[in-house]
Amino acid sequence: MKVMRAREWAFPIAAVRREVRRATPEVDEGKPPVLFVPGFGHGAWVFAEHWLEHTADRGFPAYAVSLRGHGDSAKAPKATLRAYAHDVAQVAASLPRRAVIVGHGAGALVTAHALARYPARAAVLLSPVFGGAGTALRNPMLSLPALFGGGLRLPAGQLFSRELPATASRGYAARLGRASTRAQWQLLRGRAPQPPVGDPPVLVVGSPDDRIVSDTALRRVARGYGGAPLLFPGMGHDLMLDTRWREPIDAILDWLEKSD
Amino acid sequence: MTYSAGYGDPESGAPATAWRDGWPVYDRSGTVCVIGAGPSGLTAMKNLKEQGFGVDCYERDTSVGGAWNWRHDRSPVYASTHLISSKPFSQFPDFPMPDSWPDYPKHTQVLEYLDHYADHFDLKPHIWFGTEVVKVEPAEGERWDVTTRSTGGYGGERIHRYAAVVIANGHNWSPKRPEYEGLADFKGEVIHAAQFKDPAQLRNKKVLVIGAGNTGCDIAVEAAQQAARCWHSTRRGYWYTPKYTLGRPADQVNDLMLWLRLPLKARQFLAHRTLKSTVGDLTRFGLPQPDHKIYETHTIVNSQLVYYLGHGAIAPVPDVARFHRHSVELKGGEVIEPDLVVLATGYHPTFEFIDGNLLGVDAQGRPRLAMHAFPKRQPTLAVAGLLQPDSGLFPLVHWQMVAFARMLRVREAAPAKAVAVQRKLEADLDRRWTAAKVKDSTRHWFEISHTTYLKAIQRLLDELSLEGAK
Repeated sequence: MKVMRAREWAFPIAAVRREVRRATPEVDEGKPPVLFVPGFGHGAWVFAEHWLEHTADRGFPAYAVSLRGHGDSAKAPKATLRAYAHDVAQVAASLPRRAVIVGHGAGALVTAHALARYPARAAVLLSPVFGGAGTALRNPMLSLPALFGGGLRLPAGQLFSRELPATASRGYAARLGRASTRAQWQLLRGRAPQPPVGDPPVLVVGSPDDRIVSDTALRRVARGYGGAPLLFPGMGHDLMLDTRWREPIDAILDWLEKSD
Repeated sequence: MTYSAGYGDPESGAPATAWRDGWPVYDRSGTVCVIGAGPSGLTAMKNLKEQGFGVDCYERDTSVGGAWNWRHDRSPVYASTHLISSKPFSQFPDFPMPDSWPDYPKHTQVLEYLDHYADHFDLKPHIWFGTEVVKVEPAEGERWDVTTRSTGGYGGERIHRYAAVVIANGHNWSPKRPEYEGLADFKGEVIHAAQFKDPAQLRNKKVLVIGAGNTGCDIAVEAAQQAARCWHSTRRGYWYTPKYTLGRPADQVNDLMLWLRLPLKARQFLAHRTLKSTVGDLTRFGLPQPDHKIYETHTIVNSQLVYYLGHGAIAPVPDVARFHRHSVELKGGEVIEPDLVVLATGYHPTFEFIDGNLLGVDAQGRPRLAMHAFPKRQPTLAVAGLLQPDSGLFPLVHWQMVAFARMLRVREAAPAKAVAVQRKLEADLDRRWTAAKVKDSTRHWFEISHTTYLKAIQRLLDELSLEGAK
């Protein structure tokens, strides 16, 4: 556990306007709030599409945040991974009860960083992109431009399974933005996050057919948290937008209900 | 609020398992007792819960927040109270204050923050409001018998037995009143800063503020704006640092220098230079020259005091020599005639419910605790938040309580290791946790430098890590 944080104290993260989308159940059953964290290039809308409402229907207050520079949050071309993690911790701490954090893609790495600064009730890492050389080598055509300050390229074919109609996948892909260059660099460097505070249970969810996260990378992340990944074969990287979006979210909420 | 979780479960009909002086003692087994639901008590509960302990908290008032709750009769908070450390130093390290709040939040925001913290971590069901602790006595097996009753003494007393006790009753509620010759016969009004709530109390009066602590300076600034006249009496020279330097909160600048690993001497040099070029030499206003270097004691953080000195709204005067019936004589012979004297002379730590020997309290009333938290030979007892830091208190007390909760866990899992750690703590019993030489007065009993202290906590936590111990 890191007690001395002189650098963080000396350089606090600047405040920005953040987009938070929410769906709350009609009756408060006392279930913990679930906070969804989208990955690089994605905004809160990717969860608003299906998962937010579904989570609320199952009795969990559901929230999704757009990291700074994404979605409708304020622009932040110089944001760092730490600033993104700060966004997550800020929203989590503002919720009425201790929250469950669900991070997707590189947002899973952001979530892992946030877990070192906020004692979440539980965490779920979806198709986690923890960065490092392995991620870059698996996706050279996506990562190469990022090395020179360009955006990570996220073509529809990489993100979704073939089951998703082409019009839908093209529509989603057109809405994607990009993370800041600095954050992309930090992702490629792949520094390991500090251990989580408050010892939350962590579930890793992914697909063996994900074209961005390899099966080995998925297993490595899961092993780091002392478990094995929960797999949904045949699905693409963006589990929450794919045709079979219902299966992973139901599995996640079942896990939450069981572990509570 | 549910009340099912406590009081020896009278509903379940569990009989008392022990007796003390003819009274039944209800055994709460592994539960830890927390005394007080102020910031220290709340973070104690949260961290104990997080490490799997049951907690019962007794709070004499009817809401959380302790000193920060202005509704509490023991609260020293006044209308204009603000934090004097900026947000990164003032928030619990795992529960950030909202981005929308200012650098230096107001006392109402601090209370809101604490209330939200209690709700967020579901602490309120564990708190017995309106219940005060009368006695804390050791029981066999290093456990504790805690006697409670409802605040004000109505109703009967009950005794519960706990595995451990955290004393978090605060140290800013029992006013310290200095003795002055003739004070009893003085005809003007004399109040302690604890009774100062609202600037209207000063309006159109001739006010003498005694004490150069942060409270004394705040009140002097209020008086400068409200009162007919304001004298500010200080015994020594102090460093008055502004809240902002170099375009950012001053404490962040200080930690920037720490992050750059500048040694104390270099930081003092830079701070002296910065102050010289911004605030300037304060002796030109008639203030005494500081008799120590900056960072040797926690500095006074007040941007406005110097401003009002410069406008002549505050007249700095030396220490008080004696009181007469209608006037006050100062050291140096000057005589002034205030209508209202505000004693901003600090507070005494008071633990009326526990035998002082258990905390190593000396004749002057100063407890002798390792790291200002852990009493000698009492591994299941801790005092939370009895610190006078050069930054915010909340992060420090958070880590204190993380360490204490871990220590209790290690006692169960690896008793030999716990004993070794405890012994090591006791070896450092009299260490002062400051890099600089601190002035030895009651005001600086609990003075610490947040970096020195947190580094020590980091070492303690590393020692208490159970990895590899099993």
